[in-house]
Amino acid sequence: MINRHFVLLNKADNIFVCCKPLFAGDSITLEDVEVTMTADITVGHKIARQAILKGEKIIKYGVSIGSATQYIAFGEHGHMHNIKSDYIASHTRQSKTGER
Amino acid sequence: MQGYLRSDGRKGIRNIILVTYLVECAHHVARDIVTNSPDNVQLIGFPGCYPNEYSLKIMEGLCTHPNVAGVLILSLGCEGFNREQLANTIKASGREVETLVIQKSGGTRKTIAAGLSNVNELLITAEKAELVPMDINELVVGTICGGSDGTSGIGANPAVGHCFDQLVEQDAICIFEETGELIGCEQIMAERAITPELGEEIMKSVEKAEQYYTKMGYGSFAPGNAEGGLTTQEEKSMGAYAKSGSSKIHGLIKPGDIPHQGGLYLMDVVPDGEPMYGFPNIVDSAEIVEMIASGCHLTLFTTGRGSVVGSAISPVIKVCANPETYDNLSDDMDINAGKVIKGEATVAQVGDEIYELVIQVAQGQQTKSEELGHQEFVLTYKKIEGIGPSCLPTVR
Repeated sequence: MINRHFVLLNKADNIFVCCKPLFAGDSITLEDVEVTMTADITVGHKIARQAILKGEKIIKYGVSIGSATQYIAFGEHGHMHNIKSDYIASHTRQSKTGER
Repeated sequence: MQGYLRSDGRKGIRNIILVTYLVECAHHVARDIVTNSPDNVQLIGFPGCYPNEYSLKIMEGLCTHPNVAGVLILSLGCEGFNREQLANTIKASGREVETLVIQKSGGTRKTIAAGLSNVNELLITAEKAELVPMDINELVVGTICGGSDGTSGIGANPAVGHCFDQLVEQDAICIFEETGELIGCEQIMAERAITPELGEEIMKSVEKAEQYYTKMGYGSFAPGNAEGGLTTQEEKSMGAYAKSGSSKIHGLIKPGDIPHQGGLYLMDVVPDGEPMYGFPNIVDSAEIVEMIASGCHLTLFTTGRGSVVGSAISPVIKVCANPETYDNLSDDMDINAGKVIKGEATVAQVGDEIYELVIQVAQGQQTKSEELGHQEFVLTYKKIEGIGPSCLPTVR
């Protein structure tokens, strides 16, 4: 755990995992560097530990869990909008109408 | 520890009478009998009218499970399920079995009355089951995950792995599964096989899973996984893989195969050949059922988003990885692994807690889902071939 909000699972990782939520605009120090969140980050979600180039592997648990589909800035939310599987496409719910 | 001794020498941690319907048309009659019977009379069944080798094998495994004392089979009469073979298998295991065929028993009302009387007799036999000493090395424990999120791989799954390591050390049989949720881990997993040949079989099983799921158009990845922070199949896989702990992998089994030697086993749940009946397992409960058919006395179920299911036949222990989910669903959760992500406990501490609970549940303590009356059950069609000769090496 690097602070109350994020955990580094393996020293080879280029992402942190959130263990306490943060909101867009919140500032936090990550390994001595201050960064402002550009999106709400909830528990279990990932942010970039460093700038990640398009096509670069995303490393979590010390192994690749996919590739960046675009440039991901330091501290930016890493998820389905900028990371893809190298094996099989992920899918989301087709309609969330009425969900609270 | 003590277990109920069955005639085939196996020992159970529960003493259950099963009522099983062999086609949806017999479901209502079977359910009515169970609803009007004591708690240890449980309902399972198969919906389809077409015969299927796999569902017969699974049903045989369930009806001769060590937790089961006797079985009432409910048939409509014209369905394809081989009820004679099922009854013979149960009888051969030394368990009591009765079969009622609705078309020959005078319809709904008369069959329910006859069934209730059969169940009463089966209950009397069940009460006579002898309780004998049972060792940890006689336990079979499975693990699955459901409703995974970004916390599952941090708290709950590695804690189950820690518990598995302790059980395997004491020569218990531990089973993990879902090769489709291990896509991306095949290489590191193969290296843990006790023989290189078994390693090759493991690689092949994950490759098969990848091909199968690609044809289905979906990975084993639900929308809730993404909402919980998981982005890719291989990310989910790495988290799921942690449930297996760090022991050597002793074998690769198919659903319904029963390992006979202590150790860690991987269950290949993906159908063989061209896709025929759809998704490998349509829902978590179908995976729990396969675990039980392979002899699991209890199943460790890790969750992040929050599953509430239990199962017929064998208790389910729910291990919750996400502290927010735990606060929200604590009535349904047996273990709070959210303590790990909050920095309040280590993975090893939670793993020890799971291990202690496994022993207590094996000694009769009810899990949350048992207390709440959860007895989910799903069995559908599948096509599986037997395992190859390298899948169960005898060397240790």
